[in-house]
Amino acid sequence: MIEKDVTEKNLETQKVHGIDYMGKKIGMWFFLFTELLFFGGMFLLYSVYRYRFPADFHIAAMDENLLIGSVNTAVLLTSSLSMALSVSAVRRGNKKLSALLQVITILFGVVFLVNKYFEWTAKIFNGIYPNSPVLLQYSKGQILFFSLYYVMTGIHGLHVLIGTVVISVMVVFTLREVITQTNFSKLENTGLYWHFVDIVWIYLFPLFYLIT
Amino acid sequence: MEEKRTGMETHIIGYRTYVYVWCALLILLGITIAAAKIYFWKYSVPINLFIASVKALLVLTFFMHLKYEGRFLKGLVFITVLVLTTIIALTFSDVWFR
Repeated sequence: MIEKDVTEKNLETQKVHGIDYMGKKIGMWFFLFTELLFFGGMFLLYSVYRYRFPADFHIAAMDENLLIGSVNTAVLLTSSLSMALSVSAVRRGNKKLSALLQVITILFGVVFLVNKYFEWTAKIFNGIYPNSPVLLQYSKGQILFFSLYYVMTGIHGLHVLIGTVVISVMVVFTLREVITQTNFSKLENTGLYWHFVDIVWIYLFPLFYLIT
Repeated sequence: MEEKRTGMETHIIGYRTYVYVWCALLILLGITIAAAKIYFWKYSVPINLFIASVKALLVLTFFMHLKYEGRFLKGLVFITVLVLTTIIALTFSDVWFR
């Protein structure tokens, strides 16, 4: 079976290079599990309140900018592609290509955050932010929708920001050959984190922008 | 050395596969927007969540290499998702019958 074969090869390379690939990878996955349950709690809160105030959520969601949301989804999906490619590139010994792809990933991350900035400032300009006089006159469900919107996209945005910083460090590591063809776990784990953040957005997008 | 090199190659996913997955993700994005905006009907919500899950599965399988991992890691991911699903299901078993 392919599965068994890969595990055996993994052990083989581990013996040759003295690197415990599996152990490092599993450590990262455990961190991602805690992240999943962290975001899961917020998704649960969203679902319960949406169930309780369907009409309010429907009206409030119309206020979201579908264009920016869609563009940002495409941007994050593409950044995931460049991230995945950069891991493949370094494992094929193509250091420069890998570093270039990482820089592209960072740029996409920055584009995402800039869009988010415009989106938030437009909202704040219209007087919609937590505890604002305008928002407090809205119905209870709408207030909850916008509070959840700010908390969930805010924490997600923070994750994107942290991701861009970590990938920047990885670019330096790649160029200085701390990350190499045989020692790529740091980059691989960074990739896992970046893809996880992408998955969170994959769910945030329909919940806040599409389901109106 | 030649042998070991090929040994490592086995679980490097090709560039082309990633590009295909990315295309599929963008197509799904288009479908999900169309499903929500153009053909609006009462099943939009479950359909959008279903498409989101397909996208998430694609990212997990290929970008996060889960397809090429052993049973142990796959099992861990499954258990974690199951825990989250159970928490949501238990909460809704309360919310629905209130």
